[in-house]
Amino acid sequence: MASPASTSEKPKLAVWKFASCDGCQLSLLDCEDELLAVADAVEIAYFPEATRAEVEGPYDLSLVEGSITTPHDAERIHKIRRESKYLVAIGACATAGGIQALRNFKNVNEFVALVYAHPEYIETLKVSTPISYHVFVDFELQGCPINKYQLLELISALLNDRRPNIPPHSVCVECKRRGTVCVMVANGTPCLGPVTHAGCGAICPAYQRGCYGCYGPKEAPNTAALADEFLRLGQDHAAIARFFRTFTANAEAFRKESVAHEHEV
Amino acid sequence: MIATASNPRVAHPMTPVLGHVRQRWMETDDTFTLELDVERSAPFSFRPGQFNMLYVFGVGEIPISISGNPDTPEVLTHTTREVGIVTRAMRQLEVGDVLGVRGPFGSAWPAEAAEERDVVVIAGGIGLAPLRPVLYHLVAHRERYRRVVLLYGARTPEDILYQDEVREWSSYLDVEVHVTVDRATRRWHGNVGVITTLIPRAPFDPKNALAMICGPEVMMHFTVQELHRRGVRSDQIYVSMERNMQCALGLCGHCQYGPSFVCKDGPVYRFDAIEPLFSVREL
Amino acid sequence: MQTPETVEVAATEVPRDGQDSPHFSEDAVLLEADALQALIDGLRDDGYQVMGPMVRDQAVVYDEIQDVEALPSGWTDEQAPGRYRLTQQDRARFFGYTVSPQAWKRFLFPPERRLWQAERDGTNGSFHVTTDEDDPPRRAFLGVRACELAAIAIQDRVFMEGPYVDPVYAARRRNVLIVAVNCGQAGANCFCTSMGTGPQATSRFDLALTEVLEDDRHVFLAEPGSDAGAALLDQLPTRPATDDDRAAARRVVEEAIDSVERQFDTDGIHDLLLDHLDHPHWETVAKRCLACTNCTLVCPTCFCSDVEDRTDLTGQTAERWQTWDSCFTLDFSYIHGGSVRDSVESRYRQWLTHKLASWIDQFGTSGCVGCGRCITWCPVGIDLTEEVEKLRAAVTTPDSPSTKDGGDRS
Repeated sequence: MASPASTSEKPKLAVWKFASCDGCQLSLLDCEDELLAVADAVEIAYFPEATRAEVEGPYDLSLVEGSITTPHDAERIHKIRRESKYLVAIGACATAGGIQALRNFKNVNEFVALVYAHPEYIETLKVSTPISYHVFVDFELQGCPINKYQLLELISALLNDRRPNIPPHSVCVECKRRGTVCVMVANGTPCLGPVTHAGCGAICPAYQRGCYGCYGPKEAPNTAALADEFLRLGQDHAAIARFFRTFTANAEAFRKESVAHEHEV
Repeated sequence: MIATASNPRVAHPMTPVLGHVRQRWMETDDTFTLELDVERSAPFSFRPGQFNMLYVFGVGEIPISISGNPDTPEVLTHTTREVGIVTRAMRQLEVGDVLGVRGPFGSAWPAEAAEERDVVVIAGGIGLAPLRPVLYHLVAHRERYRRVVLLYGARTPEDILYQDEVREWSSYLDVEVHVTVDRATRRWHGNVGVITTLIPRAPFDPKNALAMICGPEVMMHFTVQELHRRGVRSDQIYVSMERNMQCALGLCGHCQYGPSFVCKDGPVYRFDAIEPLFSVREL
Repeated sequence: MQTPETVEVAATEVPRDGQDSPHFSEDAVLLEADALQALIDGLRDDGYQVMGPMVRDQAVVYDEIQDVEALPSGWTDEQAPGRYRLTQQDRARFFGYTVSPQAWKRFLFPPERRLWQAERDGTNGSFHVTTDEDDPPRRAFLGVRACELAAIAIQDRVFMEGPYVDPVYAARRRNVLIVAVNCGQAGANCFCTSMGTGPQATSRFDLALTEVLEDDRHVFLAEPGSDAGAALLDQLPTRPATDDDRAAARRVVEEAIDSVERQFDTDGIHDLLLDHLDHPHWETVAKRCLACTNCTLVCPTCFCSDVEDRTDLTGQTAERWQTWDSCFTLDFSYIHGGSVRDSVESRYRQWLTHKLASWIDQFGTSGCVGCGRCITWCPVGIDLTEEVEKLRAAVTTPDSPSTKDGGDRS
């Protein structure tokens, strides 16, 4: 980031929240030791979870958490984009619509009527959508929640004008590098690792669980072939639809696969 | 040289030495040339067609062909087009700035095999940069060669590299230079059209000629076809290939092309060696 | 005990000697199974970290062992395409399994390694590099199978016998002492006999053991393969092997040979694959292939790596790392403008044709040792031997789909 947008020496960082649980923002606070280095390297201009201080834009780097679920948010994200040199979507909500995108598969008015005493006061969009659906996004950091080391890597890369080392390959690469035995092959446990974006460090298989797909689809995932294998392992279509319909249900590859199996039920 | 086959354990061959920018200038809107002084114990030397790995501190490392004069190897010259993050950082370098350098690597143009023959050098776009060292050599040792022909295609007249030198070579009576552009501008009076249109009328003896081609793969594909049509055999044609390169040592696997690694078996190949592969998609 | 530097690693021939009939050295000695601990102790006393098989995560994996209790005594594995299960055996052999999901390569070719770090000097992009002191531990590999010896020999050639030597690999390799253990059984995905790499370890080891478990005895026939191996045996309670002992060991290896069910026809495989790069069969495989990289990462000979340049937040410190990579990722073939191998079929074809055909052009041997890992550990059970057979059938059947460049050279 050769030329900061502000007059101060340090690039200005802003962290924005849309429909989300705050977990991804917290992973930045969770950086602990490294947070001091971050605070040293950037001016934290807007980050309600961390500070009440508020510096006006423009911002060199905006980290955007959460999905767009209301008409107001749909307008607000355009304003943020206009004020940001780099805009990075962080987390499953911002990159895929999040768990709240489960509404996309149903009629949201039915949920509203069930949940709220006065549905007429609720203003919400029919679908929960990722940031990239609304504005240009410079980078999407996938994960529910994101990995703090990947976030630091991304910030380092942007600060140093280099390509982030955030490979879009499968979780399998991480299992193999850390020496975890494949749970699907050794135990017949259904695992989304072969179609899921790396980044978590392959935590679940290391504890003998199949990957839940928290990091969303990897590059060009072959979900159909994996689903076929799940069938051979004894899963039924309803179960397969559920595998693909969790935190990143609305990510295109996973959405298609879950819909395909929903129709088989 | 940092580490060679005969002396592999001096340092990890992935360790760069420092190169100081002694001059820099823009060749075109998006293409620039850097001249480097390299800190090294032994004199730097290279063969035309070889490349170096250039590293911008903290940004990354990429392969760049050497485009200077092999007879003055103490000046390391690289011409680069800005196409990505590392090349963008390189473009921003100024005189006195420092780059990491590893090399030289790879195979060379057949300057010796071309002696006593007609030499046809065919460049597309930035492809002139890796060919320039062999052009220097041909001109400097002109008596060793029969006809010397340069066919060069650029996108527009503004994209023509090394304009002064191309003009100078054109002025030599014993060097035939033909330039064509894809899109002409008002002041352009030369050829317009793809480079293959220059081949049928280029003055060389197909039986005796040796062709050296560098450009985008699709350009080389049609150029070879046109040379075949004139009767030039595949074993008279050399091409320079491009693949992802990371180690440049033949160890990391990225630049594999059929049974070879472009970093050590290439980038320059005699065409008959790769002809069966050349038309295979996504190889 | 000799220093590990004298371990011969520069021999060039990959053991592929046909494995006609098992033969055991005249220098062989007999070691009681009870004395296996003494072997481990001897190695540890000599300063070796002993890496051996153990049960973990429902599989036999290779890691550091202190004593025989760690060994997978009584365990064996059942393997099938995309399937691996540990089961108990009636006979409590220490080495009654076939091959681990992990190859030994992770100890020689580490999954992640920092090559150097550099500090920025001033503001002109200048820097100074500090290369990491690479002082790998002396390690003894206990339980190396014949196919794995062949795989190590192949990686030796790749990393140490080309124009450039990989110093990280070479430093680790020089520090390794190999205790091979002959197979007494084959897994359903094993095809070492087709590749000429097993099941008997015939060279390139320091010590080779054959585990004999009969009604009345549990012993190892031990053959020295180097001065270091012989010196190690001298420290142990052994007696010279008799012809009967050798015959018992022969029965063990013969049982392994007899239990190899998988046959892989490698006849003309180089041209079969390279003459049919545009065959529609590749597309058929691609429909099943997850491009997940598992086959390449479990393969004991796959050697591709990624070079990553990293920085800290301030940009004052940079590092270069080398990590395991795979030709199945899109980034692998990326050049400005996109990936050369965009389709999965092109990536599967790249892997298979390299492993079985262009490897021969590059390194003089096949890149496949017949261990079957890529078959077992493919989550969807793609079987390379089956895919080659399908291609062979497709191109030799008269009404097969025509190919762009095939036929005339095969």
